[in-house]
Amino acid sequence: MLSRVANSLYWMSRYIERAENIARIVDVNLQLLLDLRNLDEERLAKHWLPIVLTTGDEAQFFALHKKATAQNVTEFLVFELANPNSITSAICQARENARMVRDQITIELWEELNRLYWFVRTPESRHVWQESPSEFFQQIKSSSLLIIGLSYTTLIRNEGWWFTQAGKYIERADKSSRILDLRYTTLPAKGLPETVSETDALEWSAILRSCSGWDAYKTLHGAEVSPRLVAEFLLLSEDFPRSVRFCVDELNLALRRISGVSEGKFCNDAEKLAGRLVAELQFATIDEIFELGLHGYLDRLQTKLNDIGAALFNAYIVQNFSTLEEEVMVQQEEQQQQQSQ
Amino acid sequence: MATKTKSPPPACMLKGYAPEIFFDEMLTTAGETRPHYQRFHELFQAVTQPDFEHKRQAVDLAFLRQGITFNVYGDAAGAEKIFPFDLLPRIIPATEWEYLERGLTQRITALNLFLHDLYHEQKILKDGIIPPAYILSGKHFRREFVNFNVPRDIYIHVCGTDLIRDDKGNYLVLEDNGRCPSGVSYVLENRRAMKRTFPQMFESMGVRPVEDYPRELLRMLQYIAPAGVAYPRVVLLTPGAYNSAYFEHTYLARQMGIEIVEGRDLVMRDSRIFMRTTKGLQPVHVIYRRLDDDFLDPTVFRRDSMLGVPGLVNAYRAGNVSLANSIGTGIADDKVMYYFVPKMIKYYLDQEPIIPNVPTYLANEETDRKYILDNLEKLVVKAANESGGYGMLIGPKATAAEIAEFRKKVTAEPRNYIAQPTISLSRHPTHVAEGLFEGRHIDLRPYIISGEKIVIVPGGLTRVALRKGSLVVNSSQGGGSKDTWVLYGDE
Repeated sequence: MLSRVANSLYWMSRYIERAENIARIVDVNLQLLLDLRNLDEERLAKHWLPIVLTTGDEAQFFALHKKATAQNVTEFLVFELANPNSITSAICQARENARMVRDQITIELWEELNRLYWFVRTPESRHVWQESPSEFFQQIKSSSLLIIGLSYTTLIRNEGWWFTQAGKYIERADKSSRILDLRYTTLPAKGLPETVSETDALEWSAILRSCSGWDAYKTLHGAEVSPRLVAEFLLLSEDFPRSVRFCVDELNLALRRISGVSEGKFCNDAEKLAGRLVAELQFATIDEIFELGLHGYLDRLQTKLNDIGAALFNAYIVQNFSTLEEEVMVQQEEQQQQQSQ
Repeated sequence: MATKTKSPPPACMLKGYAPEIFFDEMLTTAGETRPHYQRFHELFQAVTQPDFEHKRQAVDLAFLRQGITFNVYGDAAGAEKIFPFDLLPRIIPATEWEYLERGLTQRITALNLFLHDLYHEQKILKDGIIPPAYILSGKHFRREFVNFNVPRDIYIHVCGTDLIRDDKGNYLVLEDNGRCPSGVSYVLENRRAMKRTFPQMFESMGVRPVEDYPRELLRMLQYIAPAGVAYPRVVLLTPGAYNSAYFEHTYLARQMGIEIVEGRDLVMRDSRIFMRTTKGLQPVHVIYRRLDDDFLDPTVFRRDSMLGVPGLVNAYRAGNVSLANSIGTGIADDKVMYYFVPKMIKYYLDQEPIIPNVPTYLANEETDRKYILDNLEKLVVKAANESGGYGMLIGPKATAAEIAEFRKKVTAEPRNYIAQPTISLSRHPTHVAEGLFEGRHIDLRPYIISGEKIVIVPGGLTRVALRKGSLVVNSSQGGGSKDTWVLYGDE
């Protein structure tokens, strides 16, 4: 598989996953506001600012907006093309990458992604948004899920498939960890909070719903929402398909299928780093994580995921693209070599 | 619906349509439907106006959804547009198509012989058929490739020859596109769209299929692989996703099941071409390049080309990689060379040209130049090496200032201009507004593949000038397209 193609497939699926996650975060938090009382400006800023931080673009946000109001934040996260991580930007980039590898993906997958692109690029989306934001998010989420489903049912399971899987799971692991980090200001720097207020409980359940994890969580733990159980569920669950551990396991599997190297061995840094993270998550306990401080732990986790992404890029994509000058030199040497033979 | 059913009843929607003074593809001057349109005309009557509107919108939406779009150069938002598609098909009866096939085969045979001669013995120059000065001054003549043997002696592997019909309905060759002609994906996609829209027509009309094109193209590409390669790897080289024909590139690659590559995906080592893959470098044997000569190799041609592959020409010269089309075919695209094609046919094949050229005047010849300058307001003047409808003067429609400008240009650089009488192209009923059909000028571009044998997929791209009265059919100048139906029979 061409390196460039692998790269595009990886990013196509990463951006689709990103768009869907941001849609879920904003959707859930808009709905959450309806449940909260006594919302003054300060309180609102406290609610929305962490969501900007979650997507990691604080500087970008304040370059464009003065205050973190609901309208500013949603505009920034949904439509702002200047924000490379807005839903609209992510969909545009997913589609741009898909266009580069149009011959590698199926017509079904392409048409749906292209339809989603035209939806967010035309006034229709604004219109839907103004009528009902939750209907808007529903469309984004459904489309993303449809794209994932179409990938499963139409894409051939070749190397390219595993690049799309790697992209999807690395993004999902990152986003799940960031969503879990949403309410870190309500937690002590180390250890667990002593009491959980009603508002806190609502906010922690919003975190679960942002990860589509509410139903699965309830089956396991009932309706009791505690930061400890939520964190354990979203970080260490072996079976929940959006938990960080689950995603890293899948990422590791994808990396091994790409290289063909068996478990326990490795042929590049991406596999080594992913394997190590798999083991860490497998043997970590939630109490230990809270003792060290959840926020710090998640921060380090995100760095590790970034390192895996960079290592993957180095192993399969870059292969030292050389400059024209270097190419000319190589050629001249080759020609001299041929002449002297 | 028409209640007064006398034979042949006029279709509701085409009522009031008049061919006027032009040659109309569908109707005779007396207003009768031509035999090969009869069946279509009957079936089309069953289509009501709302139904037609509905079908039309469905097709446009499908094109947009499938991303069958072209990029508009110079548009800041990087806008993509669909190539406007008209639902009324252009129909060609079997006998007419056989004639065209013979004529096009004759022409491409002569052109390939000419290029081989030009890059070897140059007999046609020595025998005084073509003045050597025209070749040496040709922008696309690659003297570096004289005495270089291309695989199987084929130069133009894929040719798109533009045909027009004059006011009597005679076919004429307007130009040969022997570099990287585009548009064939529209032929295939238009057909798919028409089959979805009017399935019942295909059942009863006997339309020859066009779906074979990608297979024939791949066969040709494999045929020209370097000798001794049992399983040649064929790739399509694209300038990239921002090229206006990018959709076509991915489409063809997908249909052929080959890799689509950009210049940066390829690398030359040891006079061989490899592609960079996740498993290291893999050899490449045949490149279907959709990149002009100038951009192919920055170490040989344009040094500022970011699109090419440094060293590609070396590998090509070493015979380790084949290119389609060959380097240097652009000289045959030169509009001055076009003037000489009938002479080439006579010289190499000792035959009369089956499909004639449009009468052409060379500005470089003194008598012709005088005629051109005296008759600018009647003639079409074309730059010898431009395409896409650029660099052109249509005398009868030009302003005095435009004519003055061309007078200057032609006098300054006579080698680079030719002139032709303004041909009133044939017209075809075309949807112009809701429920309204008018005649619009059309041309036809069949695609000719030269491999082991010469293959012309029945049909081609019918382009239509959607602007009223316009004679320019290029997509960049407000043109659209129609499906082209070649029938198994004559009715």
